[in-house]
Amino acid sequence: MGYPHKPHSRETVVLSKYFGEADARSYKGWVKRGGYEMLRHALSMEPAKVIDIVKESGLRGRGGAGFPTGLKWSFMPKEKKKPHYLCVNADESEPGTFKDREIMRWTPHALLEGAAIAAHAIQAEVAYIYIRGEFTEPWSVMEKALSEADAAGVFGTIKIHLHRGAGAYICGEETALMNSIEGKRGNPRIKPPFPAAAGVFGMPTTINNVETLAAVPHILKNGAAWYKGLSLASPKSTGTKLFSVCGHVQRPGNYEVTMGFPLKDLLYDLCGGMRPGHTLKACIPGGSSVPILNRDETESCLLDYEGVVEKGSMLGSGGVIVFDDSTDMVYQIMRLARFYAHESCAQCTQCREGTAWTTKILERILAGQGKTADLDLLLDLSDNMTGKTICVLSDSCAAPVVSGIKRFKQEFDDYIAGRRKPVMVA
Amino acid sequence: MSGDAYPAAPSGIEEYQPVFTGAALEQLQEVFTRYPTKQAALLPALWMVQRARGWISDRNMAEAAEVLGLTPAYVKGVVTFYTMYHQHPVGRHFVQVCTTSPCNVCGAEAVVQALLEATGAKELGATSPDGKWTVTEVECLGACGFATPVLVDDDFLESVTPEKVPELVKRYT
Ligand SMILES: Cc1cc2nc3c(=O)[nH]c(=O)nc-3n(C[C@H](O)[C@H](O)[C@H](O)COP(=O)(O)O)c2cc1C
Ligand code: SF4
Ligand code: FES
Repeated sequence: MGYPHKPHSRETVVLSKYFGEADARSYKGWVKRGGYEMLRHALSMEPAKVIDIVKESGLRGRGGAGFPTGLKWSFMPKEKKKPHYLCVNADESEPGTFKDREIMRWTPHALLEGAAIAAHAIQAEVAYIYIRGEFTEPWSVMEKALSEADAAGVFGTIKIHLHRGAGAYICGEETALMNSIEGKRGNPRIKPPFPAAAGVFGMPTTINNVETLAAVPHILKNGAAWYKGLSLASPKSTGTKLFSVCGHVQRPGNYEVTMGFPLKDLLYDLCGGMRPGHTLKACIPGGSSVPILNRDETESCLLDYEGVVEKGSMLGSGGVIVFDDSTDMVYQIMRLARFYAHESCAQCTQCREGTAWTTKILERILAGQGKTADLDLLLDLSDNMTGKTICVLSDSCAAPVVSGIKRFKQEFDDYIAGRRKPVMVA
Repeated sequence: MSGDAYPAAPSGIEEYQPVFTGAALEQLQEVFTRYPTKQAALLPALWMVQRARGWISDRNMAEAAEVLGLTPAYVKGVVTFYTMYHQHPVGRHFVQVCTTSPCNVCGAEAVVQALLEATGAKELGATSPDGKWTVTEVECLGACGFATPVLVDDDFLESVTPEKVPELVKRYT
Protein backbone atom coordinates (compact mmCIF):
# COMPACT_ATOMS: atom_id res chain seq x y z
CA MET A 1 0.00 0.00 0.00
CA GLY A 2 1.33 3.38 -0.88
CA TYR A 3 0.18 6.94 -0.56
CA PRO A 4 -2.09 8.45 0.30
CA HIS A 5 -2.54 6.25 3.33
CA LYS A 6 -4.60 7.58 6.16
CA PRO A 7 -2.17 8.36 8.97
CA HIS A 8 -2.22 5.78 11.71
CA SER A 9 -3.41 7.18 15.06
CA ARG A 10 0.04 6.58 16.53
CA GLU A 11 1.83 8.60 13.88
CA THR A 12 2.88 12.16 14.67
CA VAL A 13 2.21 13.92 11.42
CA VAL A 14 4.33 17.01 10.96
CA LEU A 15 6.23 16.58 7.71
CA SER A 16 3.66 14.21 6.27
CA LYS A 17 0.59 16.21 7.23
CA TYR A 18 -0.25 17.11 3.64
CA PHE A 19 0.92 13.95 1.92
CA GLY A 20 -1.80 12.92 -0.49
CA GLU A 21 -3.32 16.41 -0.83
CA ALA A 22 -2.73 17.44 -4.41
CA ASP A 23 -3.66 21.05 -3.67
CA ALA A 24 -0.74 21.43 -1.25
CA ARG A 25 1.61 21.12 -4.21
CA SER A 26 0.60 24.47 -5.67
CA TYR A 27 2.00 27.75 -4.44
CA LYS A 28 -1.47 29.02 -3.61
CA GLY A 29 -2.41 25.83 -1.81
CA TRP A 30 0.78 25.99 0.20
CA VAL A 31 0.28 29.61 1.20
CA LYS A 32 -3.28 28.75 2.21
CA ARG A 33 -1.78 26.22 4.60
CA GLY A 34 0.47 28.81 6.19
CA GLY A 35 3.39 28.14 3.88
CA TYR A 36 6.21 30.66 3.39
CA GLU A 37 5.25 32.60 6.53
CA MET A 38 8.30 31.23 8.31
CA LEU A 39 10.57 32.10 5.39
CA ARG A 40 9.38 35.70 5.55
CA HIS A 41 9.94 35.64 9.28
CA ALA A 42 13.42 34.13 8.91
CA LEU A 43 14.46 36.65 6.29
CA SER A 44 13.75 39.40 8.81
CA MET A 45 16.01 37.73 11.38
CA GLU A 46 19.77 37.81 11.77
CA PRO A 47 21.22 34.61 10.23
CA ALA A 48 22.93 33.77 13.53
CA LYS A 49 19.59 33.86 15.31
CA VAL A 50 18.13 31.27 12.92
CA ILE A 51 21.13 29.03 13.51
CA ASP A 52 20.66 29.35 17.27
CA ILE A 53 17.04 28.24 17.10
CA VAL A 54 17.91 25.21 14.96
CA LYS A 55 20.78 24.36 17.31
CA GLU A 56 18.49 24.61 20.28
CA SER A 57 15.89 22.33 18.67
CA GLY A 58 18.30 19.40 18.59
CA LEU A 59 17.56 18.70 14.90
CA ARG A 60 20.03 16.21 13.45
CA GLY A 61 20.71 15.38 9.81
CA ARG A 62 18.25 12.93 8.30
CA GLY A 63 20.53 11.90 5.42
CA GLY A 64 22.26 9.17 7.36
CA ALA A 65 24.98 10.54 9.61
CA GLY A 66 22.76 12.33 12.15
CA PHE A 67 25.06 15.32 12.47
CA PRO A 68 23.54 18.25 14.44
CA THR A 69 22.15 20.62 11.82
CA GLY A 70 22.57 23.93 13.66
CA LEU A 71 26.16 23.07 14.49
CA LYS A 72 26.87 22.25 10.86
CA TRP A 73 25.45 25.61 9.78
CA SER A 74 27.59 27.39 12.37
CA PHE A 75 30.77 26.07 10.70
CA MET A 76 30.18 28.42 7.78
CA PRO A 77 32.35 31.56 7.84
CA LYS A 78 30.60 34.30 9.83
CA GLU A 79 32.24 37.00 7.87
CA LYS A 80 31.50 36.47 4.26
CA LYS A 81 34.49 36.85 1.98
CA LYS A 82 33.45 34.53 -0.85
CA PRO A 83 30.17 33.26 -2.29
CA HIS A 84 28.42 30.72 -0.03
CA TYR A 85 26.40 27.79 -1.32
CA LEU A 86 23.75 25.45 -0.05
CA CYS A 87 23.45 21.98 -1.56
CA VAL A 88 20.29 19.99 -0.98
CA ASN A 89 20.77 16.25 -1.10
CA ALA A 90 17.81 14.74 -2.93
CA ASP A 91 19.80 11.87 -4.37
CA GLU A 92 17.94 9.33 -2.23
CA SER A 93 19.42 6.04 -3.44
CA GLU A 94 20.11 4.13 -0.25
CA PRO A 95 18.25 0.81 -0.56
CA GLY A 96 15.26 0.87 1.77
CA THR A 97 14.86 4.64 1.77
CA PHE A 98 12.04 6.45 -0.04
CA LYS A 99 10.98 9.34 2.19
CA ASP A 100 12.57 12.30 0.38
CA ARG A 101 10.73 11.27 -2.76
CA GLU A 102 7.45 11.55 -0.86
CA ILE A 103 8.34 14.97 0.57
CA MET A 104 9.13 16.27 -2.92
CA ARG A 105 6.09 14.68 -4.54
CA TRP A 106 3.56 16.01 -2.06
CA THR A 107 5.07 19.01 -0.33
CA PRO A 108 7.62 20.50 -2.73
CA HIS A 109 7.19 23.94 -1.16
CA ALA A 110 8.11 22.58 2.27
CA LEU A 111 11.51 21.69 0.88
CA LEU A 112 11.87 24.98 -0.99
CA GLU A 113 10.93 26.94 2.12
CA GLY A 114 13.32 24.99 4.33
CA ALA A 115 16.10 25.36 1.77
CA ALA A 116 15.60 29.11 1.50
CA ILE A 117 15.65 29.48 5.29
CA ALA A 118 18.86 27.45 5.47
CA ALA A 119 20.40 29.51 2.67
CA HIS A 120 19.62 32.67 4.61
CA ALA A 121 21.07 31.20 7.82
CA ILE A 122 24.38 30.32 6.15
CA GLN A 123 24.38 33.47 4.01
CA ALA A 124 24.25 31.59 0.73
CA GLU A 125 22.92 33.33 -2.32
CA VAL A 126 22.55 30.15 -4.36
CA ALA A 127 21.11 26.74 -3.47
CA TYR A 128 21.29 23.67 -5.68
CA ILE A 129 18.81 20.88 -5.16
CA TYR A 130 20.43 17.71 -6.50
CA ILE A 131 17.66 15.29 -7.50
CA ARG A 132 18.55 11.78 -8.65
CA GLY A 133 17.94 11.24 -12.35
CA GLU A 134 15.41 8.47 -11.88
CA PHE A 135 13.05 10.69 -9.85
CA THR A 136 11.12 11.91 -12.87
CA GLU A 137 7.91 12.63 -11.01
CA PRO A 138 9.44 14.48 -8.03
CA TRP A 139 11.48 16.44 -10.58
CA SER A 140 8.42 17.76 -12.42
CA VAL A 141 6.62 18.53 -9.17
CA MET A 142 9.64 20.41 -7.84
CA GLU A 143 10.17 22.23 -11.13
CA LYS A 144 6.60 23.50 -11.16
CA ALA A 145 6.69 24.49 -7.50
CA LEU A 146 9.96 26.34 -7.95
CA SER A 147 8.73 28.31 -10.92
CA GLU A 148 5.53 29.30 -9.07
CA ALA A 149 7.42 30.35 -5.96
CA ASP A 150 9.99 32.23 -8.05
CA ALA A 151 7.22 34.06 -9.85
CA ALA A 152 5.78 35.08 -6.48
CA GLY A 153 9.20 36.39 -5.49
CA VAL A 154 9.26 34.67 -2.09
CA PHE A 155 12.96 33.89 -2.05
CA GLY A 156 14.20 37.49 -2.06
CA THR A 157 17.78 37.52 -3.28
CA ILE A 158 18.24 33.76 -2.82
CA LYS A 159 18.35 31.78 -6.04
CA ILE A 160 17.35 28.10 -6.02
CA HIS A 161 18.22 25.76 -8.89
CA LEU A 162 17.42 22.11 -9.54
CA HIS A 163 20.23 19.88 -10.75
CA ARG A 164 19.48 16.44 -12.18
CA GLY A 165 21.69 13.46 -11.41
CA ALA A 166 22.22 10.72 -13.97
CA GLY A 167 22.36 7.42 -12.14
CA ALA A 168 25.04 6.93 -9.48
CA TYR A 169 24.38 6.04 -5.83
CA ILE A 170 27.73 7.51 -4.86
CA CYS A 171 26.56 11.01 -5.81
CA GLY A 172 24.61 10.99 -2.54
CA GLU A 173 27.95 11.26 -0.74
CA GLU A 174 28.31 14.97 -0.08
CA THR A 175 31.55 15.73 -1.90
CA ALA A 176 30.70 13.42 -4.81
CA LEU A 177 27.47 15.37 -5.14
CA MET A 178 29.44 18.60 -5.32
CA ASN A 179 31.70 17.19 -8.04
CA SER A 180 28.62 16.09 -9.92
CA ILE A 181 27.16 19.61 -9.77
CA GLU A 182 30.47 20.92 -11.10
CA GLY A 183 30.10 18.71 -14.19
CA LYS A 184 32.58 16.08 -13.08
CA ARG A 185 32.58 12.34 -12.41
CA GLY A 186 30.99 11.74 -9.03
CA ASN A 187 34.10 10.77 -7.11
CA PRO A 188 34.11 11.63 -3.39
CA ARG A 189 36.84 14.05 -2.34
CA ILE A 190 39.42 13.56 0.35
CA LYS A 191 38.51 15.50 3.50
CA PRO A 192 39.68 17.92 4.78
CA PRO A 193 38.99 20.41 3.43
CA PHE A 194 35.43 20.09 4.66
CA PRO A 195 32.59 21.65 2.66
CA ALA A 196 32.20 24.60 5.04
CA ALA A 197 35.73 25.64 4.04
CA ALA A 198 35.80 24.51 0.42
CA GLY A 199 32.73 22.83 -1.00
CA VAL A 200 31.04 23.22 -4.35
CA PHE A 201 33.12 25.36 -6.76
CA GLY A 202 35.69 25.52 -3.97
CA MET A 203 33.48 27.87 -1.94
CA PRO A 204 32.07 27.54 1.59
CA THR A 205 29.16 25.13 1.32
CA THR A 206 26.61 23.45 3.55
CA ILE A 207 24.87 20.29 2.45
CA ASN A 208 21.66 18.96 3.95
CA ASN A 209 19.19 16.20 3.31
CA VAL A 210 15.66 16.92 2.07
CA GLU A 211 13.95 15.73 5.26
CA THR A 212 16.31 17.78 7.44
CA LEU A 213 15.42 20.98 5.62
CA ALA A 214 11.71 20.23 5.45
CA ALA A 215 11.67 20.18 9.27
CA VAL A 216 13.14 23.66 9.60
CA PRO A 217 10.00 25.78 8.93
CA HIS A 218 8.14 23.74 11.59
CA ILE A 219 10.87 24.44 14.10
CA LEU A 220 10.69 28.18 13.46
CA LYS A 221 6.93 28.10 13.65
CA ASN A 222 6.43 26.05 16.80
CA GLY A 223 9.69 26.82 18.53
CA ALA A 224 12.81 24.90 19.46
CA ALA A 225 11.31 23.79 22.76
CA TRP A 226 8.38 22.14 20.98
CA TYR A 227 10.71 20.22 18.71
CA LYS A 228 12.93 19.19 21.59
CA GLY A 229 9.87 17.94 23.40
CA LEU A 230 9.19 15.48 20.60
CA SER A 231 11.34 12.74 22.08
CA LEU A 232 10.20 9.47 23.61
CA ALA A 233 13.53 8.09 24.76
CA SER A 234 16.96 9.67 24.35
CA PRO A 235 16.97 13.48 24.74
CA LYS A 236 19.75 13.56 22.12
CA SER A 237 17.24 12.53 19.46
CA THR A 238 14.47 15.04 18.92
CA GLY A 239 11.61 15.67 16.56
CA THR A 240 9.71 13.39 14.25
CA LYS A 241 11.24 11.10 11.68
CA LEU A 242 9.85 9.56 8.52
CA PHE A 243 10.53 5.85 8.46
CA SER A 244 10.30 4.13 5.10
CA VAL A 245 9.28 0.56 5.72
CA CYS A 246 9.70 -2.04 2.97
CA GLY A 247 10.19 -5.73 2.40
CA HIS A 248 8.03 -8.34 4.08
CA VAL A 249 5.41 -6.29 5.90
CA GLN A 250 1.72 -6.12 5.13
CA ARG A 251 1.58 -2.36 4.75
CA PRO A 252 4.87 -0.94 3.53
CA GLY A 253 5.13 2.83 3.23
CA ASN A 254 6.29 5.97 4.99
CA TYR A 255 5.36 6.42 8.63
CA GLU A 256 6.14 9.51 10.67
CA VAL A 257 6.71 8.92 14.35
CA THR A 258 8.33 10.70 17.25
CA MET A 259 11.97 9.85 17.92
CA GLY A 260 12.25 6.93 20.32
CA PHE A 261 9.18 5.09 18.98
CA PRO A 262 9.43 1.29 19.41
CA LEU A 263 10.45 -0.47 16.18
CA LYS A 264 8.26 -3.41 17.17
CA ASP A 265 5.15 -1.23 17.21
CA LEU A 266 6.09 0.34 13.90
CA LEU A 267 6.30 -3.09 12.29
CA TYR A 268 3.42 -4.93 13.94
CA ASP A 269 0.98 -2.13 14.64
CA LEU A 270 1.45 0.56 12.01
CA CYS A 271 2.63 -1.73 9.21
CA GLY A 272 0.30 -4.60 10.02
CA GLY A 273 3.02 -7.14 10.80
CA MET A 274 4.29 -9.95 8.61
CA ARG A 275 2.32 -11.75 5.92
CA PRO A 276 -0.03 -14.40 7.30
CA GLY A 277 1.84 -17.53 8.30
CA HIS A 278 5.20 -15.82 8.50
CA THR A 279 7.37 -14.54 11.33
CA LEU A 280 10.04 -11.87 11.46
CA LYS A 281 13.57 -13.04 10.83
CA ALA A 282 15.71 -9.94 10.45
CA CYS A 283 15.56 -6.21 9.97
CA ILE A 284 17.88 -3.53 8.63
CA PRO A 285 16.73 -0.43 10.50
CA GLY A 286 18.50 2.44 8.74
CA GLY A 287 19.00 1.77 5.05
CA SER A 288 21.17 -0.97 3.56
CA SER A 289 24.42 0.54 4.87
CA VAL A 290 23.83 -0.35 8.52
CA PRO A 291 24.21 -3.68 10.33
CA ILE A 292 21.39 -6.26 10.22
CA LEU A 293 19.46 -6.94 13.42
CA ASN A 294 17.96 -10.28 14.37
CA ARG A 295 14.41 -10.72 15.60
CA ASP A 296 15.09 -10.16 19.30
CA GLU A 297 17.15 -7.06 18.67
CA THR A 298 14.50 -5.71 16.32
CA GLU A 299 11.63 -6.28 18.69
CA SER A 300 13.39 -4.55 21.56
CA CYS A 301 14.77 -1.61 19.56
CA LEU A 302 13.80 2.01 20.09
CA LEU A 303 13.93 4.17 17.00
CA ASP A 304 16.30 6.98 17.76
CA TYR A 305 20.00 7.53 17.10
CA GLU A 306 21.05 6.11 20.47
CA GLY A 307 18.46 3.34 20.67
CA VAL A 308 19.47 1.69 17.42
CA VAL A 309 23.17 1.93 18.24
CA GLU A 310 22.45 0.17 21.51
CA LYS A 311 21.18 -2.83 19.52
CA GLY A 312 24.28 -2.88 17.33
CA SER A 313 23.12 -0.97 14.29
CA MET A 314 22.42 2.63 13.25
CA LEU A 315 19.40 4.80 12.53
CA GLY A 316 20.95 5.93 9.24
CA SER A 317 18.40 7.27 6.80
CA GLY A 318 15.44 5.58 8.47
CA GLY A 319 14.94 3.02 5.72
CA VAL A 320 13.58 -0.05 7.49
CA ILE A 321 14.01 -3.26 5.49
CA VAL A 322 12.09 -6.24 6.84
CA PHE A 323 12.88 -9.89 6.16
CA ASP A 324 10.54 -12.68 7.24
CA ASP A 325 11.29 -16.37 7.82
CA SER A 326 11.12 -17.15 4.10
CA THR A 327 14.27 -15.11 3.45
CA ASP A 328 17.55 -16.61 2.32
CA MET A 329 19.87 -14.30 4.27
CA VAL A 330 22.98 -15.40 2.37
CA TYR A 331 21.34 -14.52 -0.93
CA GLN A 332 20.13 -11.13 0.27
CA ILE A 333 23.52 -10.25 1.72
CA MET A 334 25.09 -11.19 -1.61
CA ARG A 335 22.53 -8.97 -3.33
CA LEU A 336 23.49 -6.05 -1.08
CA ALA A 337 27.20 -6.66 -1.65
CA ARG A 338 26.52 -6.67 -5.38
CA PHE A 339 24.83 -3.29 -4.98
CA TYR A 340 27.96 -1.83 -3.41
CA ALA A 341 30.22 -3.47 -5.98
CA HIS A 342 28.11 -1.90 -8.71
CA GLU A 343 28.10 1.52 -7.05
CA SER A 344 31.74 1.75 -5.94
CA CYS A 345 33.39 4.69 -7.67
CA ALA A 346 36.56 2.58 -7.77
CA GLN A 347 38.98 5.24 -6.48
CA CYS A 348 40.10 3.24 -3.44
CA THR A 349 41.63 -0.19 -3.80
CA GLN A 350 40.03 -1.58 -0.65
CA CYS A 351 36.59 -0.61 -1.91
CA ARG A 352 36.99 -1.46 -5.59
CA GLU A 353 38.53 -4.87 -4.92
CA GLY A 354 36.78 -5.52 -1.63
CA THR A 355 33.23 -5.01 -2.85
CA ALA A 356 33.89 -7.11 -5.96
CA TRP A 357 35.55 -9.96 -4.09
CA THR A 358 32.96 -9.97 -1.34
CA THR A 359 30.28 -10.41 -4.00
CA LYS A 360 32.23 -13.16 -5.78
CA ILE A 361 32.83 -15.13 -2.61
CA LEU A 362 29.18 -14.88 -1.60
CA GLU A 363 28.14 -16.01 -5.07
CA ARG A 364 30.53 -18.92 -4.79
CA ILE A 365 28.97 -19.93 -1.47
CA LEU A 366 25.49 -19.70 -2.98
CA ALA A 367 26.65 -21.88 -5.86
CA GLY A 368 27.60 -24.62 -3.41
CA GLN A 369 31.31 -24.09 -3.91
CA GLY A 370 32.08 -22.28 -0.69
CA LYS A 371 34.87 -23.38 1.62
CA THR A 372 34.95 -23.24 5.39
CA ALA A 373 37.73 -20.66 5.17
CA ASP A 374 35.50 -18.36 3.12
CA LEU A 375 33.77 -16.90 6.13
CA ASP A 376 37.07 -15.85 7.66
CA LEU A 377 38.12 -14.51 4.31
CA LEU A 378 34.93 -12.43 4.11
CA LEU A 379 35.49 -11.07 7.61
CA ASP A 380 39.10 -10.29 6.82
CA LEU A 381 38.11 -8.47 3.63
CA SER A 382 35.46 -6.54 5.55
CA ASP A 383 38.03 -5.54 8.12
CA ASN A 384 40.22 -4.13 5.37
CA MET A 385 37.26 -2.29 3.90
CA THR A 386 36.31 -0.52 7.13
CA GLY A 387 37.68 2.88 8.09
CA LYS A 388 40.34 2.88 5.39
CA THR A 389 38.84 4.61 2.40
CA ILE A 390 37.94 8.08 1.12
CA CYS A 391 34.24 7.66 1.84
CA VAL A 392 32.20 5.13 3.79
CA LEU A 393 30.66 3.23 0.86
CA SER A 394 33.28 0.59 1.49
CA ASP A 395 32.33 0.33 5.18
CA SER A 396 28.69 0.14 4.12
CA CYS A 397 29.34 -3.01 2.13
CA ALA A 398 31.08 -4.60 5.10
CA ALA A 399 28.22 -3.80 7.50
CA PRO A 400 25.63 -6.32 6.24
CA VAL A 401 28.34 -8.94 5.66
CA VAL A 402 29.86 -8.80 9.13
CA SER A 403 26.54 -8.48 10.95
CA GLY A 404 24.99 -11.15 8.74
CA ILE A 405 27.71 -13.69 9.39
CA LYS A 406 27.54 -12.94 13.10
CA ARG A 407 23.79 -13.39 13.38
CA PHE A 408 22.98 -15.91 10.66
CA LYS A 409 26.15 -18.01 10.48
CA GLN A 410 24.13 -21.23 10.35
CA GLU A 411 22.75 -20.29 6.95
CA PHE A 412 26.24 -19.74 5.54
CA ASP A 413 27.43 -23.01 7.07
CA ASP A 414 24.51 -24.87 5.52
CA TYR A 415 25.51 -23.79 2.02
CA ILE A 416 29.18 -24.52 2.64
CA ALA A 417 28.52 -27.97 4.12
CA GLY A 418 26.17 -28.88 1.28
CA ARG A 419 23.11 -29.15 3.52
CA ARG A 420 21.38 -26.54 1.44
CA LYS A 421 20.74 -26.73 -2.30
CA PRO A 422 22.79 -24.23 -4.31
CA VAL A 423 20.68 -21.38 -5.68
CA MET A 424 23.23 -19.95 -8.08
CA VAL A 425 25.41 -21.37 -10.82
CA ALA A 426 29.09 -20.74 -10.50
CA MET B 1 14.43 -13.68 -42.08
CA SER B 2 14.14 -9.99 -41.48
CA GLY B 3 13.94 -10.62 -37.72
CA ASP B 4 17.65 -11.43 -37.82
CA ALA B 5 18.53 -7.95 -38.94
CA TYR B 6 19.75 -5.36 -36.51
CA PRO B 7 16.83 -3.34 -35.08
CA ALA B 8 15.30 -0.32 -36.73
CA ALA B 9 17.90 2.29 -35.79
CA PRO B 10 21.28 0.66 -36.44
CA SER B 11 24.08 2.23 -34.47
CA GLY B 12 26.72 4.15 -36.32
CA ILE B 13 24.79 4.41 -39.59
CA GLU B 14 22.27 6.85 -38.23
CA GLU B 15 23.12 10.32 -39.43
CA TYR B 16 24.80 12.62 -36.95
CA GLN B 17 22.76 15.62 -35.94
CA PRO B 18 24.13 18.47 -33.90
CA VAL B 19 21.95 19.26 -30.89
CA PHE B 20 23.04 22.68 -29.78
CA THR B 21 21.56 24.93 -32.43
CA GLY B 22 18.62 27.33 -32.37
CA ALA B 23 16.28 26.96 -29.41
CA ALA B 24 18.41 24.26 -27.78
CA LEU B 25 21.43 26.51 -27.80
CA GLU B 26 19.38 29.27 -26.22
CA GLN B 27 18.19 26.86 -23.58
CA LEU B 28 21.77 25.89 -22.84
CA GLN B 29 22.74 29.57 -22.56
CA GLU B 30 20.07 29.88 -19.89
CA VAL B 31 21.54 26.86 -18.06
CA PHE B 32 24.95 28.62 -18.07
CA THR B 33 23.49 31.42 -15.95
CA ARG B 34 22.80 28.99 -13.10
CA TYR B 35 26.42 28.12 -12.43
CA PRO B 36 29.67 30.03 -11.97
CA THR B 37 31.43 27.75 -14.50
CA LYS B 38 30.45 26.51 -17.95
CA GLN B 39 31.64 23.02 -17.04
CA ALA B 40 28.84 22.72 -14.50
CA ALA B 41 26.36 22.75 -17.37
CA LEU B 42 27.74 19.41 -18.59
CA LEU B 43 25.19 17.09 -16.94
CA PRO B 44 22.24 19.25 -18.06
CA ALA B 45 23.77 19.45 -21.57
CA LEU B 46 24.11 15.66 -21.75
CA TRP B 47 20.49 15.30 -20.72
CA MET B 48 19.53 17.63 -23.55
CA VAL B 49 21.47 15.50 -26.02
CA GLN B 50 19.87 12.30 -24.80
CA ARG B 51 16.41 13.84 -24.92
CA ALA B 52 16.93 15.03 -28.48
CA ARG B 53 18.57 11.92 -29.89
CA GLY B 54 17.74 9.06 -27.53
CA TRP B 55 21.41 8.39 -26.86
CA ILE B 56 24.77 10.16 -26.74
CA SER B 57 27.13 9.43 -29.62
CA ASP B 58 30.85 10.18 -29.68
CA ARG B 59 30.21 13.03 -32.07
CA ASN B 60 27.56 14.48 -29.80
CA MET B 61 30.03 14.22 -26.92
CA ALA B 62 32.52 16.16 -29.03
CA GLU B 63 29.84 18.73 -29.79
CA ALA B 64 29.02 19.15 -26.09
CA ALA B 65 32.74 19.47 -25.37
CA GLU B 66 33.08 22.19 -27.97
CA VAL B 67 30.13 24.21 -26.65
CA LEU B 68 31.31 23.91 -23.04
CA GLY B 69 34.98 24.48 -23.68
CA LEU B 70 35.97 20.96 -22.59
CA THR B 71 37.77 18.14 -24.38
CA PRO B 72 35.89 15.19 -25.91
CA ALA B 73 37.89 12.79 -23.74
CA TYR B 74 36.83 14.63 -20.61
CA VAL B 75 33.18 14.51 -21.65
CA LYS B 76 33.42 10.81 -22.38
CA GLY B 77 34.91 10.27 -18.93
CA VAL B 78 31.88 11.90 -17.39
CA VAL B 79 29.35 10.13 -19.64
CA THR B 80 30.76 6.73 -18.73
CA PHE B 81 30.51 7.45 -14.99
CA TYR B 82 26.72 7.82 -14.99
CA THR B 83 24.55 4.81 -15.74
CA MET B 84 21.59 6.74 -17.15
CA TYR B 85 23.44 8.11 -20.17
CA HIS B 86 23.16 5.76 -23.14
CA GLN B 87 26.35 5.39 -25.14
CA HIS B 88 24.51 3.25 -27.68
CA PRO B 89 21.06 3.45 -29.22
CA VAL B 90 18.41 1.68 -27.17
CA GLY B 91 14.86 0.59 -27.92
CA ARG B 92 12.11 3.20 -28.29
CA HIS B 93 11.07 2.35 -24.75
CA PHE B 94 13.78 2.00 -22.18
CA VAL B 95 12.78 -0.03 -19.13
CA GLN B 96 14.56 -0.03 -15.77
CA VAL B 97 13.52 -2.53 -13.13
CA CYS B 98 14.79 -2.40 -9.57
CA THR B 99 16.09 -5.73 -8.31
CA THR B 100 17.92 -4.63 -5.14
CA SER B 101 17.22 -6.62 -1.94
CA PRO B 102 14.00 -4.95 -0.72
CA CYS B 103 12.43 -5.40 -4.16
CA ASN B 104 14.12 -8.74 -4.66
CA VAL B 105 12.36 -10.24 -1.63
CA CYS B 106 9.07 -8.90 -2.99
CA GLY B 107 9.47 -10.71 -6.31
CA ALA B 108 11.35 -8.30 -8.58
CA GLU B 109 13.12 -11.09 -10.45
CA ALA B 110 9.79 -12.46 -11.67
CA VAL B 111 8.86 -8.98 -12.90
CA VAL B 112 12.08 -8.83 -14.91
CA GLN B 113 11.36 -12.22 -16.48
CA ALA B 114 7.82 -11.20 -17.34
CA LEU B 115 9.07 -8.00 -18.97
CA LEU B 116 11.74 -9.78 -20.98
CA GLU B 117 9.09 -12.12 -22.34
CA ALA B 118 6.26 -9.67 -22.93
CA THR B 119 8.50 -7.18 -24.74
CA GLY B 120 10.38 -9.76 -26.75
CA ALA B 121 13.67 -8.24 -25.57
CA LYS B 122 14.59 -11.70 -24.22
CA GLU B 123 17.94 -10.69 -22.75
CA LEU B 124 18.84 -7.96 -20.28
CA GLY B 125 20.26 -4.93 -22.05
CA ALA B 126 19.30 -6.24 -25.48
CA THR B 127 16.73 -4.57 -27.71
CA SER B 128 13.66 -6.42 -28.96
CA PRO B 129 13.76 -7.33 -32.67
CA ASP B 130 11.12 -4.71 -33.47
CA GLY B 131 13.35 -2.02 -31.96
CA LYS B 132 10.72 -1.09 -29.41
CA TRP B 133 12.06 -2.32 -26.12
CA THR B 134 15.21 -2.46 -24.07
CA VAL B 135 14.90 -3.93 -20.58
CA THR B 136 17.53 -3.41 -17.88
CA GLU B 137 17.96 -4.31 -14.23
CA VAL B 138 18.94 -1.39 -12.04
CA GLU B 139 19.77 -0.83 -8.40
CA CYS B 140 17.38 0.77 -5.89
CA LEU B 141 15.03 3.27 -7.51
CA GLY B 142 14.15 4.94 -4.21
CA ALA B 143 10.62 3.56 -4.07
CA CYS B 144 11.20 0.32 -2.15
CA GLY B 145 7.83 0.44 -0.39
CA PHE B 146 6.16 0.19 -3.79
CA ALA B 147 7.82 -2.99 -4.97
CA THR B 148 8.45 -3.49 -7.76
CA PRO B 149 9.04 -0.02 -9.22
CA VAL B 150 9.65 0.10 -12.96
CA LEU B 151 10.76 3.11 -14.93
CA VAL B 152 9.52 3.08 -18.53
CA ASP B 153 11.19 6.05 -20.22
CA ASP B 154 10.11 8.88 -17.90
CA ASP B 155 7.08 7.07 -16.48
CA PHE B 156 7.73 5.88 -12.95
CA LEU B 157 5.41 2.91 -12.30
CA GLU B 158 4.85 1.50 -8.83
CA SER B 159 3.85 -1.90 -7.48
CA VAL B 160 4.35 -3.76 -10.74
CA THR B 161 3.72 -7.51 -10.55
CA PRO B 162 4.30 -10.15 -13.25
CA GLU B 163 0.53 -10.31 -13.74
CA LYS B 164 0.38 -6.61 -14.59
CA VAL B 165 3.20 -6.78 -17.13
CA PRO B 166 1.31 -7.78 -20.33
CA GLU B 167 -1.18 -4.95 -19.82
CA LEU B 168 1.64 -2.51 -19.09
CA VAL B 169 3.51 -3.45 -22.25
CA LYS B 170 0.36 -3.06 -24.33
CA ARG B 171 -0.02 0.52 -23.13
CA TYR B 172 3.19 1.43 -24.91
CA THR B 173 2.52 -0.17 -28.25
C1 LIG C 1 27.81 6.45 -0.19
C2 LIG C 1 26.97 7.50 0.46
C3 LIG C 1 25.72 7.78 -0.05
C4 LIG C 1 24.91 8.76 0.52
N1 LIG C 1 23.68 9.00 -0.01
C5 LIG C 1 22.91 9.99 0.53
C6 LIG C 1 21.64 10.30 -0.03
O1 LIG C 1 21.21 9.69 -1.02
N2 LIG C 1 20.91 11.29 0.53
C7 LIG C 1 21.38 12.00 1.62
O2 LIG C 1 20.69 12.90 2.08
N3 LIG C 1 22.56 11.70 2.18
C8 LIG C 1 23.34 10.73 1.65
N4 LIG C 1 24.58 10.48 2.22
C9 LIG C 1 25.01 11.32 3.36
C10 LIG C 1 25.62 12.62 2.86
O3 LIG C 1 26.99 12.41 2.61
C11 LIG C 1 25.51 13.75 3.89
O4 LIG C 1 25.95 13.28 5.11
C12 LIG C 1 24.11 14.28 4.08
O5 LIG C 1 23.52 14.63 2.87
C13 LIG C 1 24.14 15.48 4.98
O6 LIG C 1 22.86 16.01 5.23
P1 LIG C 1 22.21 15.96 6.67
O7 LIG C 1 23.22 16.47 7.65
O8 LIG C 1 21.03 16.86 6.56
O9 LIG C 1 21.84 14.55 6.94
C14 LIG C 1 25.38 9.48 1.65
C15 LIG C 1 26.64 9.19 2.16
C16 LIG C 1 27.43 8.21 1.58
C17 LIG C 1 28.78 7.94 2.16
S1 SF4 D 1 35.23 4.12 -0.62
FE1 SF4 D 1 34.56 3.34 -2.58
S2 SF4 D 1 32.96 4.73 -3.27
FE2 SF4 D 1 34.07 5.78 -1.60
S3 SF4 D 1 35.65 6.97 -2.63
FE3 SF4 D 1 36.59 5.00 -2.16
S4 SF4 D 1 36.23 3.73 -4.01
FE4 SF4 D 1 34.87 5.50 -4.13
S1 FES E 1 15.18 -1.57 -3.48
FE1 FES E 1 13.86 -1.42 -5.15
S2 FES E 1 13.31 0.66 -5.12
FE2 FES E 1 14.66 0.51 -3.45
